[in-house]
Amino acid sequence: MLNRLLSYDLPRSRLLAVLLAIIFVCLILTPFIFTGTKSLSIAAKICIFVVLVASYDLLLGYAGIISFAHAMFFGIGAYSVAIALERFGTGFTQLFLGMGSGLVIALLFAALIGFLSLRLRTIFFAMITFAVSNAVSVTVIQSYKLTGGEDGLSYNIPQIFKSSYRFLEEPVFGVAITGKLLLYYVVFVCSLVMFLLLLRIANSPFGSVLRALRENEFRTMAIGYAPVLYRTLASCAAASMAAGAGMLSAVWLRYTGLETTMSVDIAIDILLIVVIGGMGSIYGAVLGTVLVIVAQGYLREILIAIGEFFGGWWMTGLFNPDRWLLWLGLLFVLCVYFFPQGIVGWLRKIEADRLIRQQAQS
Amino acid sequence: MIHQKHIVETSALIVALILVMLPILGFESWAVLTLAGLSMAMMIFIMASGMTLVFGLMDVLNFGHGAFIAVGAYAAASMVTLVGGYPIGTVLAILTVVGCALAALVAGGIGGSLFERLLVRPTYGNHMRQILITTGGLIIVEQVLIVFFSPREIVLLRPEELQGSLLIGNIALEKYRLLMVAIGLLVFSGLILLFNRTKLGLLIRAAVENRKMVEALGYPVRGLFIGVFITGSSLAGVGGALWALQQELFTVTIGSEAMLLIFIVVVTGGLGSVSGCFFSALLTALVANYVTFLYPPLSAFALIGMMAAVLLWRPQGLIPVANR
Repeated sequence: MLNRLLSYDLPRSRLLAVLLAIIFVCLILTPFIFTGTKSLSIAAKICIFVVLVASYDLLLGYAGIISFAHAMFFGIGAYSVAIALERFGTGFTQLFLGMGSGLVIALLFAALIGFLSLRLRTIFFAMITFAVSNAVSVTVIQSYKLTGGEDGLSYNIPQIFKSSYRFLEEPVFGVAITGKLLLYYVVFVCSLVMFLLLLRIANSPFGSVLRALRENEFRTMAIGYAPVLYRTLASCAAASMAAGAGMLSAVWLRYTGLETTMSVDIAIDILLIVVIGGMGSIYGAVLGTVLVIVAQGYLREILIAIGEFFGGWWMTGLFNPDRWLLWLGLLFVLCVYFFPQGIVGWLRKIEADRLIRQQAQS
Repeated sequence: MIHQKHIVETSALIVALILVMLPILGFESWAVLTLAGLSMAMMIFIMASGMTLVFGLMDVLNFGHGAFIAVGAYAAASMVTLVGGYPIGTVLAILTVVGCALAALVAGGIGGSLFERLLVRPTYGNHMRQILITTGGLIIVEQVLIVFFSPREIVLLRPEELQGSLLIGNIALEKYRLLMVAIGLLVFSGLILLFNRTKLGLLIRAAVENRKMVEALGYPVRGLFIGVFITGSSLAGVGGALWALQQELFTVTIGSEAMLLIFIVVVTGGLGSVSGCFFSALLTALVANYVTFLYPPLSAFALIGMMAAVLLWRPQGLIPVANR
């Protein structure tokens, strides 16, 4: 059953499996074991980013194409829901309409960009997506009447998702059962379903074609698979998942702005997380996201401490908490150098080495 | 081999665009916008030529090219601070600007050689790792610049002699833009001369066409490539300094912002082709200036539209390099 759910793509490393299980349990129990709203919002952000990063991995790790427009699709999803809720009211009809239109727009964009640029060598895709996503964010700022421009949009969500809405009078295990809690579990379940779906896509025959294209385009073409078609479909699948993550984020945050969706920072975060976690294994998205987002939350304190310990102006400059991107960037470059398969690849290698040693002994 | 036909067609397209705009815009704004477009084109060309060359020669796609632009801009600003503002007198002020450009040249070159050694060399032959690692390099360089120069905006004023405009009739032509056009043409003709009239240029062109053959003849293609990489990053540094002087106000993202235009120019021009880069820089900058004047909301997508149209017309770019 579990095997089936995971599309027969098991973690293949004991440590990895344990870590994944811990993360899974922690995310389920977050409202009950951690107190405070900060931990809940970090948990929700982790759920959303896991989907976002895993869908990016489908492009980067499986299809072997680099896109700089993934944050744009995230933003398209978020803004469609945001505009629908802000303009037309806060019911479920509007919410679903926003989701549907967001999905359609994201798919159209992905198909258009794909057919235009994937006919050429895949490196063009990186440059063209960079240009397109820049143009889209400029347009979002310019059309402030619709999108709120630089300020973004704040809006209401259906009553049932609000923290003022109570399902039970009595708290359960000391936790009030509110709409916010329901919303967290909706985000969690949606993310889980999308994650399993991505795992399924990656391990389907379609995923094998993508990997074959990555390894040897010419041969795959000779067998009879059209590269443009498959890569564009991969791009569409990844884009729709990213848009889905964006919709969840829009409902969860009740705010949609450039810096929470389409900013360069988010695009860089996605790229860094997927490489650090491990390309070409959907599980890498989980480890990478948890590592980076938790680090983002707590690294500040550590960096301040190091800076104070060393003293000296340039040391405090280097260890300034706002410079955490510097350290993440260094980690990223080192990962590309020494662990191209990221944390997951490293864990799997340890396991494989152990098995080989065991066999040699017996 | 660059086909004559492509150059003729592309130049015709650009001239046609300029001429068509004359009746639409009216003479005065036409002249101002065309000059603005030409000077912008020259700056983009100076910044982008290195990237396209490096690709053409060694199949290396450097997404961190913008780092050298930022380094050049900061080097120029430090130079002005070091001198203590512009000295009085035309000659001295011009000399200071030249000093800025030289500082940017050197800084870009040093940055380039470090970049090549540390990031590009270990990833030859694997585009994906190249793009990833050079993007990482760009992030690191930007952050290091922030550590040394603070994240605030840097003011880099032009000397008085280069501010203001020349009045010809009732058309005001900005002095700095005129200077940029001159410098850009100088760099372009310098590069073309280097490629077509010197042994070095011959070797580089030959290596672009067939690297193995040039290696087999006993020439150090690796050394050539490092030279080209450093030249390219120096040019990017100079371009960054000139761009910063044009804007007079910049932050660390000046490089990654310029990358947007550079990508559009490099893709429409034909990856690896220097003349393609020159002509597509002209086309891109002119389109950008005209559209921004005529209908601002469209400006963001006009360039994408232009790129899409060119790619549908010529998937290999305006002036493609053969064998690619």
